[in-house]
Amino acid sequence: MAEDLVRLDGVTCRYDRDPVLVDIDLAIPEGEFIGIVGPSGSGKTTLLRAVAGAVRPAGGAVTRAPRATIGYVPQVETVNWYFPVTVREAVLMARVEGRVTPWHTRDERREADEVLERLGLAGLGGRHIRELSGGQQQRVFIARAMIRQPRLLLLDEPTSGVDVRTRHDVMHVIHELHHDGLAIVLTTHDLNGIAAHLPRLVCLNREVIAVGRPEDVITPEVLERTYGAPLEVLQHGGMPVVVEHYPEIEEAATGVAAHGREHHEHPG
Amino acid sequence: MSTLVEPFTYEFFRNAIIVAVLAGALCGLVGTYVVLRGMSYIGHGLSHAIFGGAVVGAALSINFYVAAGVSGLLAALLIQRIARRRTIGADAAIGVVTIAAFAVGLVIISKGGTFRQNFEAVLFGNVLGVTLGDVLVVVGVAVFCVVVVALRYRQLLFTAFDPEVAEVSGVRTAWMDALLAMVLAATIAATMNVVGVTLIAGMLVIPPVIARLLTDSFSRMLWISVATGAACGLVGTYLSYFLDWASGPAIVLTAAAVFTVAFLISEVRGRRLPDSAMADPID
Repeated sequence: MAEDLVRLDGVTCRYDRDPVLVDIDLAIPEGEFIGIVGPSGSGKTTLLRAVAGAVRPAGGAVTRAPRATIGYVPQVETVNWYFPVTVREAVLMARVEGRVTPWHTRDERREADEVLERLGLAGLGGRHIRELSGGQQQRVFIARAMIRQPRLLLLDEPTSGVDVRTRHDVMHVIHELHHDGLAIVLTTHDLNGIAAHLPRLVCLNREVIAVGRPEDVITPEVLERTYGAPLEVLQHGGMPVVVEHYPEIEEAATGVAAHGREHHEHPG
Repeated sequence: MSTLVEPFTYEFFRNAIIVAVLAGALCGLVGTYVVLRGMSYIGHGLSHAIFGGAVVGAALSINFYVAAGVSGLLAALLIQRIARRRTIGADAAIGVVTIAAFAVGLVIISKGGTFRQNFEAVLFGNVLGVTLGDVLVVVGVAVFCVVVVALRYRQLLFTAFDPEVAEVSGVRTAWMDALLAMVLAATIAATMNVVGVTLIAGMLVIPPVIARLLTDSFSRMLWISVATGAACGLVGTYLSYFLDWASGPAIVLTAAAVFTVAFLISEVRGRRLPDSAMADPID
């Protein structure tokens, strides 16, 4: 039985007076890989922040295992790309515990280079963070989290706003870290591209709607309760696939196609 | 040549050069964090609050530097506290707190309150009139600020770049904010006599911006900003002696001239900051 790295019991979080999370129970065991899905404003980021300790719950308790170092990777949209910081500086700024010297030691620089190499960023330490591709930028912030040698890595929408290939690269890196024994919790809006491939999902909409394997929770009933809208789910190769319908667009597209055919059949 | 060396034969000029160089370096050091945290306006605001505090201190017979430093720290902490209310915002908080404190000082002066400091010197700076005591204060504050930045370099950097993740990583960001407020208040209080209330914001902002134009590395930006601030203090003080200008404007105009050159160089090199800031990351 794996040890719980973090445990949330009846956690409620509020911003000002508005409840964002209500009565959340969740355990994150060592080596687990969890995806959190839910609509915008459902509290996904707040849940990650509560796990990380960046948000103090208004109710309930968050228990962290002793020496359970947590690495946190924020959404890249929140990063200040104007800030003058090189890749190596960005990674090493997370080495703050027990250090008093402003300069980085040779061992620290070597350690940073090792982490960068592990994440496929070898030789980029001196580059400004803005000079990297989207996937590389995401990996820099994973490297910054990894330099703390965490047992749990939290990633807030690690693949938002990137193309399919970059998404694949980033997820490949995350899966490798999980394979090496790291517990992972990530949030995502991508039900088919990411969530359906994860071992365990949490469907969230201010409260936990369902927890389980993708095939158990990606169902029309759970998704309707999570997103507040009916969603069709098909099975493809034993995996659930969410089908999104846009009736107005489809109707318009059908009309255009019909008109095109008519136009083609009766020229002039 | 002898004309250029002549000012150094006077003790007041030697004191002035020491204070101006240290003040410039200090503003360059602290200003780097101020600029990178998007708090450029706070330097301007705090200098006004400190002026108000100094006048109140004079009315209560409290030492100028003590009154100025304490009022600056209180104003900075109050701004941080008010700015946490998301409905208000930092810029509005700065406007409310600092201008109110400045108004308090003006009311006391208008009522005939005593203000032993030279009013014009405080407003516009008079580095050529500094005393040995002023030199010692600036040296003391410089040592304090360098020690604080050296001991908390990584935490201050992490807090400036990414406060949320810094907090998760074990940095007490609220304490870092208070520390920065302390260092900023001490810097403004100590250098007020050199560049003056109305111009100190320029020395807090211009050297870091020059440095930012020239590098993409934080550590190099810090060094360049400190060196630029010190050099502007030196050259500006020299100019103020020979041209008979007030020291504050001379130092700030020197920094503005260096900024112009740095901006043109960065334009030529295609590294103009607004462009790089606006551009999308390479995909």
